Amino acid sequence: MQKKRPKYLNLIKIKLPLPGVVSIGHRVSGVLLFFPGIPLLLYGLHLMLGTPQSFDLLKAVFSNAFVKLVLLGGIWLLMHHFCAGLRYLALDLHWGIALKQARASSYAVLAGGAVLTGIIGVLIW
Amino acid sequence: MVSRANQNRIVTGAHYGLMDWLAQRVTAAVMAVYMVLLAAVLIVAAPQDYAAWKAIFTQPVFRIATLLFLLSLYWHAWIGMRDIFMDYIHPVAIRLTLQIGVILSLVVYTIWSVQILWG
Repeated sequence: MQKKRPKYLNLIKIKLPLPGVVSIGHRVSGVLLFFPGIPLLLYGLHLMLGTPQSFDLLKAVFSNAFVKLVLLGGIWLLMHHFCAGLRYLALDLHWGIALKQARASSYAVLAGGAVLTGIIGVLIW
Repeated sequence: MVSRANQNRIVTGAHYGLMDWLAQRVTAAVMAVYMVLLAAVLIVAAPQDYAAWKAIFTQPVFRIATLLFLLSLYWHAWIGMRDIFMDYIHPVAIRLTLQIGVILSLVVYTIWSVQILWG
Protein backbone atom coordinates (compact mmCIF):
# COMPACT_ATOMS: atom_id res chain seq x y z
CA MET A 1 0.00 0.00 0.00
CA GLN A 2 1.67 3.15 -1.21
CA LYS A 3 0.39 6.39 0.10
CA LYS A 4 1.27 9.60 -1.56
CA ARG A 5 2.62 11.71 1.23
CA PRO A 6 4.01 15.14 0.80
CA LYS A 7 7.78 15.04 1.19
CA TYR A 8 9.08 18.20 2.67
CA LEU A 9 12.82 17.94 2.87
CA ASN A 10 13.76 21.51 2.08
CA LEU A 11 16.61 21.90 4.54
CA ILE A 12 16.27 25.68 4.48
CA LYS A 13 12.63 25.52 5.49
CA ILE A 14 12.77 22.70 8.03
CA LYS A 15 13.01 24.18 11.47
CA LEU A 16 15.08 21.98 13.74
CA PRO A 17 13.96 21.75 17.36
CA LEU A 18 16.51 23.05 19.87
CA PRO A 19 17.95 19.60 20.76
CA GLY A 20 18.37 19.08 17.02
CA VAL A 21 20.40 22.26 16.72
CA VAL A 22 22.64 21.10 19.59
CA SER A 23 22.98 17.68 17.96
CA ILE A 24 24.00 18.86 14.50
CA GLY A 25 26.25 21.45 16.15
CA HIS A 26 27.93 18.61 18.06
CA ARG A 27 28.59 16.77 14.79
CA VAL A 28 29.76 19.77 12.77
CA SER A 29 32.03 20.97 15.59
CA GLY A 30 33.38 17.42 15.98
CA VAL A 31 34.35 17.22 12.30
CA LEU A 32 35.99 20.67 12.37
CA LEU A 33 37.86 19.84 15.58
CA PHE A 34 39.15 16.70 13.83
CA PHE A 35 40.18 18.71 10.79
CA PRO A 36 41.72 21.26 10.81
CA GLY A 37 41.57 21.22 14.65
CA ILE A 38 43.90 18.35 15.54
CA PRO A 39 46.73 19.14 13.08
CA LEU A 40 46.64 22.83 14.07
CA LEU A 41 46.74 21.90 17.76
CA LEU A 42 49.74 19.63 17.21
CA TYR A 43 51.54 22.19 15.06
CA GLY A 44 50.94 24.79 17.78
CA LEU A 45 52.32 22.43 20.46
CA HIS A 46 55.27 21.66 18.18
CA LEU A 47 56.10 25.38 17.88
CA MET A 48 55.45 26.07 21.55
CA LEU A 49 57.75 23.33 22.85
CA GLY A 50 60.27 23.21 19.98
CA THR A 51 62.87 25.93 20.39
CA PRO A 52 62.82 29.45 21.91
CA GLN A 53 62.76 30.75 18.31
CA SER A 54 59.69 28.70 17.33
CA PHE A 55 58.02 29.78 20.59
CA ASP A 56 58.58 33.44 19.66
CA LEU A 57 57.21 32.76 16.19
CA LEU A 58 54.04 31.25 17.70
CA LYS A 59 53.71 34.22 20.03
CA ALA A 60 54.09 36.63 17.12
CA VAL A 61 51.45 34.76 15.09
CA PHE A 62 48.98 34.91 17.99
CA SER A 63 49.52 38.63 18.57
CA ASN A 64 47.61 39.17 15.32
CA ALA A 65 43.97 40.08 16.03
CA PHE A 66 42.64 38.05 13.09
CA VAL A 67 44.48 34.93 14.26
CA LYS A 68 43.05 35.47 17.75
CA LEU A 69 39.59 35.68 16.25
CA VAL A 70 40.09 32.41 14.36
CA LEU A 71 41.42 30.81 17.57
CA LEU A 72 38.32 32.02 19.39
CA GLY A 73 36.17 30.43 16.67
CA GLY A 74 37.96 27.14 17.33
CA ILE A 75 37.47 27.58 21.06
CA TRP A 76 33.76 28.12 20.50
CA LEU A 77 33.59 24.83 18.56
CA LEU A 78 35.42 23.10 21.41
CA MET A 79 33.24 24.67 24.12
CA HIS A 80 30.03 23.75 22.30
CA HIS A 81 31.28 20.20 21.71
CA PHE A 82 32.32 19.99 25.40
CA CYS A 83 28.98 21.24 26.78
CA ALA A 84 26.92 19.16 24.36
CA GLY A 85 29.04 16.12 25.25
CA LEU A 86 28.34 16.61 28.96
CA ARG A 87 24.63 16.79 28.11
CA TYR A 88 24.83 13.49 26.22
CA LEU A 89 26.61 11.84 29.15
CA ALA A 90 23.75 13.03 31.37
CA LEU A 91 21.16 11.72 28.89
CA ASP A 92 23.00 8.35 28.90
CA LEU A 93 22.38 8.26 32.64
CA HIS A 94 18.70 9.07 31.95
CA TRP A 95 19.05 12.51 33.46
CA GLY A 96 16.79 15.09 31.89
CA ILE A 97 15.24 12.98 29.15
CA ALA A 98 11.76 14.48 29.52
CA LEU A 99 10.94 16.96 26.76
CA LYS A 100 10.94 20.01 29.00
CA GLN A 101 14.30 19.27 30.60
CA ALA A 102 15.81 18.23 27.27
CA ARG A 103 14.85 21.57 25.77
CA ALA A 104 16.13 23.48 28.80
CA SER A 105 19.47 21.62 28.75
CA SER A 106 19.79 22.25 24.99
CA TYR A 107 19.38 25.93 25.63
CA ALA A 108 21.91 25.70 28.48
CA VAL A 109 24.42 23.99 26.16
CA LEU A 110 24.09 26.69 23.49
CA ALA A 111 24.34 29.45 26.09
CA GLY A 112 27.15 27.71 28.01
CA GLY A 113 29.29 27.29 24.89
CA ALA A 114 28.89 30.96 24.00
CA VAL A 115 29.49 32.23 27.56
CA LEU A 116 32.63 30.10 28.06
CA THR A 117 33.94 31.29 24.68
CA GLY A 118 33.28 34.89 25.75
CA ILE A 119 35.15 34.39 29.05
CA ILE A 120 38.15 32.79 27.30
CA GLY A 121 38.06 35.58 24.71
CA VAL A 122 38.32 38.21 27.45
CA LEU A 123 41.19 36.27 29.08
CA ILE A 124 43.27 35.92 25.90
CA TRP A 125 42.75 39.48 24.71
CA MET B 1 16.57 -8.07 33.10
CA VAL B 2 16.58 -10.91 30.57
CA SER B 3 13.06 -11.93 29.58
CA ARG B 4 12.15 -15.60 29.26
CA ALA B 5 11.83 -15.30 25.50
CA ASN B 6 15.37 -13.95 25.19
CA GLN B 7 17.10 -16.40 27.49
CA ASN B 8 18.25 -18.78 24.79
CA ARG B 9 18.67 -16.23 22.09
CA ILE B 10 22.11 -16.21 20.51
CA VAL B 11 23.02 -12.65 19.79
CA THR B 12 25.01 -12.35 16.62
CA GLY B 13 27.04 -9.46 15.29
CA ALA B 14 30.53 -8.09 15.51
CA HIS B 15 30.10 -7.05 19.17
CA TYR B 16 32.18 -3.90 18.78
CA GLY B 17 29.21 -1.57 19.17
CA LEU B 18 29.06 -1.49 22.96
CA MET B 19 32.85 -1.30 23.23
CA ASP B 20 32.95 1.72 20.90
CA TRP B 21 30.02 3.35 22.65
CA LEU B 22 31.78 2.94 26.00
CA ALA B 23 35.18 4.01 24.63
CA GLN B 24 33.68 7.19 23.21
CA ARG B 25 32.33 8.12 26.63
CA VAL B 26 35.35 7.07 28.68
CA THR B 27 37.72 9.00 26.38
CA ALA B 28 35.37 12.00 26.62
CA ALA B 29 35.55 11.85 30.42
CA VAL B 30 39.37 11.60 30.36
CA MET B 31 39.58 14.65 28.08
CA ALA B 32 37.10 16.61 30.17
CA VAL B 33 39.10 16.01 33.38
CA TYR B 34 42.37 16.94 31.65
CA MET B 35 40.94 20.14 30.18
CA VAL B 36 39.43 21.28 33.47
CA LEU B 37 42.73 20.63 35.29
CA LEU B 38 44.70 22.38 32.54
CA ALA B 39 42.35 25.36 32.69
CA ALA B 40 42.84 25.50 36.47
CA VAL B 41 46.64 25.47 36.07
CA LEU B 42 46.48 28.19 33.42
CA ILE B 43 44.22 30.38 35.55
CA VAL B 44 46.31 29.98 38.73
CA ALA B 45 49.76 30.25 37.16
CA ALA B 46 49.92 30.75 33.42
CA PRO B 47 53.49 30.20 32.13
CA GLN B 48 54.71 33.35 30.39
CA ASP B 49 57.81 32.31 28.46
CA TYR B 50 59.35 29.35 26.64
CA ALA B 51 61.34 28.14 29.67
CA ALA B 52 58.21 28.10 31.88
CA TRP B 53 56.10 26.18 29.33
CA LYS B 54 58.93 23.73 28.72
CA ALA B 55 59.32 23.22 32.47
CA ILE B 56 55.66 22.24 32.81
CA PHE B 57 55.69 19.95 29.79
CA THR B 58 58.83 18.08 30.86
CA GLN B 59 57.30 17.01 34.18
CA PRO B 60 56.70 13.26 33.85
CA VAL B 61 53.16 13.44 35.29
CA PHE B 62 52.17 16.22 32.91
CA ARG B 63 53.78 14.49 29.92
CA ILE B 64 51.90 11.27 30.58
CA ALA B 65 48.63 13.10 31.30
CA THR B 66 48.98 15.02 28.03
CA LEU B 67 49.75 11.86 26.08
CA LEU B 68 46.73 10.19 27.69
CA PHE B 69 44.62 13.20 26.68
CA LEU B 70 45.88 13.09 23.08
CA LEU B 71 45.43 9.31 22.75
CA SER B 72 41.89 9.69 24.14
CA LEU B 73 41.32 12.45 21.60
CA TYR B 74 42.45 10.24 18.71
CA TRP B 75 40.34 7.27 19.79
CA HIS B 76 37.33 9.55 20.37
CA ALA B 77 37.85 11.20 16.98
CA TRP B 78 38.02 7.84 15.21
CA ILE B 79 34.68 6.67 16.64
CA GLY B 80 33.02 10.01 15.91
CA MET B 81 34.33 10.30 12.36
CA ARG B 82 33.44 6.68 11.62
CA ASP B 83 29.89 7.22 12.89
CA ILE B 84 29.51 10.30 10.71
CA PHE B 85 30.85 8.48 7.63
CA MET B 86 28.48 5.57 8.28
CA ASP B 87 25.55 7.99 8.47
CA TYR B 88 26.27 10.22 5.49
CA ILE B 89 28.72 8.53 3.09
CA HIS B 90 26.98 5.54 1.56
CA PRO B 91 29.18 4.46 -1.41
CA VAL B 92 31.43 1.82 0.17
CA ALA B 93 34.57 2.74 -1.78
CA ILE B 94 34.44 6.39 -0.73
CA ARG B 95 33.56 5.58 2.87
CA LEU B 96 36.39 3.05 3.16
CA THR B 97 38.87 5.50 1.64
CA LEU B 98 37.83 8.20 4.10
CA GLN B 99 38.02 5.80 7.04
CA ILE B 100 41.50 4.64 6.02
CA GLY B 101 42.50 8.31 5.68
CA VAL B 102 41.29 9.01 9.22
CA ILE B 103 43.07 5.96 10.66
CA LEU B 104 46.36 6.76 8.94
CA SER B 105 46.24 10.41 9.97
CA LEU B 106 45.57 9.41 13.59
CA VAL B 107 48.55 7.03 13.54
CA VAL B 108 50.73 9.86 12.22
CA TYR B 109 49.34 12.22 14.89
CA THR B 110 50.18 9.65 17.58
CA ILE B 111 53.81 9.43 16.44
CA TRP B 112 54.01 13.22 16.16
CA SER B 113 52.53 13.62 19.67
CA VAL B 114 55.23 11.41 21.20
CA GLN B 115 57.90 13.33 19.28
CA ILE B 116 56.56 16.67 20.53
CA LEU B 117 56.19 15.58 24.15
CA TRP B 118 59.51 13.73 24.42
CA GLY B 119 61.49 15.71 21.82
